[in-house]
Amino acid sequence: MNPVNDIFIIIANFLRTLLGAGGLHLADWFVELIMAVLRAALLGTFALLIFMILTWIERKVVARIQDRLGPNVAGPWGILLPIADGIKMIVKEDTVPAGADKAVFNLAPLVAAVAAMLVYAVIPFGPDTGHGALAGADLNIGIFYILAVGAVSLIAILMAGWSSNNKYALVGAFRAVAELLSYEVPQVLSITVVVMLAGTMQMTQIVQAQTVPFIFPLFATAIIFFISGVAESGRTPFDLVEAESEIVAGYHIEYSAMKFSMFFLGEFVHAFAVCAVFATVFLNGWEGPILPPYVWFLIKSGAIFFIMMWIRGTLPRFRIDQLMAFNWKFLVPLSLVNLLVVAVADTIVRTMLHFTPDGNPWVWGLILFAVNLVMLFIAFGLLGRGARRGIDDRRTITRLPEDKAAAPASAQAN
Amino acid sequence: MLQDFAFVGIFVIVGTGLVALPLILNWLLAPKKPNKIKSETYECGMETVGETWVQFKAQYYIYALVFAIFDIETVFLFPWAVAYKQFGNIFPLLEMILFVLILAGGLIYVWRKGALEWA
Repeated sequence: MNPVNDIFIIIANFLRTLLGAGGLHLADWFVELIMAVLRAALLGTFALLIFMILTWIERKVVARIQDRLGPNVAGPWGILLPIADGIKMIVKEDTVPAGADKAVFNLAPLVAAVAAMLVYAVIPFGPDTGHGALAGADLNIGIFYILAVGAVSLIAILMAGWSSNNKYALVGAFRAVAELLSYEVPQVLSITVVVMLAGTMQMTQIVQAQTVPFIFPLFATAIIFFISGVAESGRTPFDLVEAESEIVAGYHIEYSAMKFSMFFLGEFVHAFAVCAVFATVFLNGWEGPILPPYVWFLIKSGAIFFIMMWIRGTLPRFRIDQLMAFNWKFLVPLSLVNLLVVAVADTIVRTMLHFTPDGNPWVWGLILFAVNLVMLFIAFGLLGRGARRGIDDRRTITRLPEDKAAAPASAQAN
Repeated sequence: MLQDFAFVGIFVIVGTGLVALPLILNWLLAPKKPNKIKSETYECGMETVGETWVQFKAQYYIYALVFAIFDIETVFLFPWAVAYKQFGNIFPLLEMILFVLILAGGLIYVWRKGALEWA
């Protein structure tokens, strides 16, 4: 047993012996219960810690992208800022607006944070080395569980918007329903393609099924999943739910103190969960040379999160009609076509050309990669044509009166 | 496998506790001095006019309806996707093409009806 790679399993075995036969002689089921509670506490703490670290990293990275310094007062490079924030949030007054639905209003931040945290229950941080996988629980419906639980945060947003007794909050909640629900469809469809090639919904087995990282044979799927994942976690450029310039702060406008930061916790934890799922499903999860598996896993998820921060630092916000049109008229048809193309191409390559994922993984992967590129090229070409036509349409509608007024005098004389 | 699902249940309880802890701390430590102006509805300084729970755009409802149709149909794809590799012939492929064509038919119908336009 490698002491670095299997550190968590060694600690777990030590604790089991300590509580059971080797020390306290507790009953087996009770030992397992204590171990489960400890594992749950560890995972939950990981989610809270990752929130604190990510708030600092995100501020720093976005500041650098925008040519600012970012946090630099609290501690070296402002590294103590999350702690300072936490203390401030704890001692701030918590105002509840008059006329708010108190029970729902107070429950919403709790639901938002817990719902985002729940995704971490099935994310595998390391392989199964005979003592169970390095994950909270390696459910046989793992990825399906993630899709199901990932949608719960929507209910929290709806609760917050509805109970605040504020019109801006209500509009934010409506937008949340429209946006988060719609982007669920391409996300589910892209995961279907992954399950199709992996032949299982269990997270650890999806990693093991990747003889070549799925980002190559499923490049288009990865892009669809990433876009809908960014939208699902409600981050820029899809943050219409809390668009500051339009509806002040959206659904959490009336929240203050710790309840306010619970919504941010939910958002960041959910965003990192999307990155972790992306790393597991498309980038071969924990696999990698030299470094321990959990370090590889965090590096890959972190790299994806960096891309999310990069997008946040550079892209402006969508308008709501653009957002919905992009989803229903581009992403959903593309993911349906993607499902067909991958299934047909995979069947042809496997049964007629005899390149299987187990026999010649890289040949199989790269042929599918080429198919994906062709499909994306055509799709984005069509998208560009559609977008240009949309712009032309709007010009002809909105510019008519202006053009008349600005027309030269000779034209008016006729 | 049942133990794994039990873990999810335990995780819900422990996670709720972990999140509730700072909320309770906040409730204990924070000053509580509400007054009439502070607990007014916040609209950037303007006084709010009329009821909050107003009529809303029907388009939101239509999107939710379209979503419900699509999500239920895609859930039926998952059992097919898990079993896809075990057949090893062309049959599951044809079955899926038929199913996706039905889905696409629904999408085209909704599109042509104008339900996807943000009018």
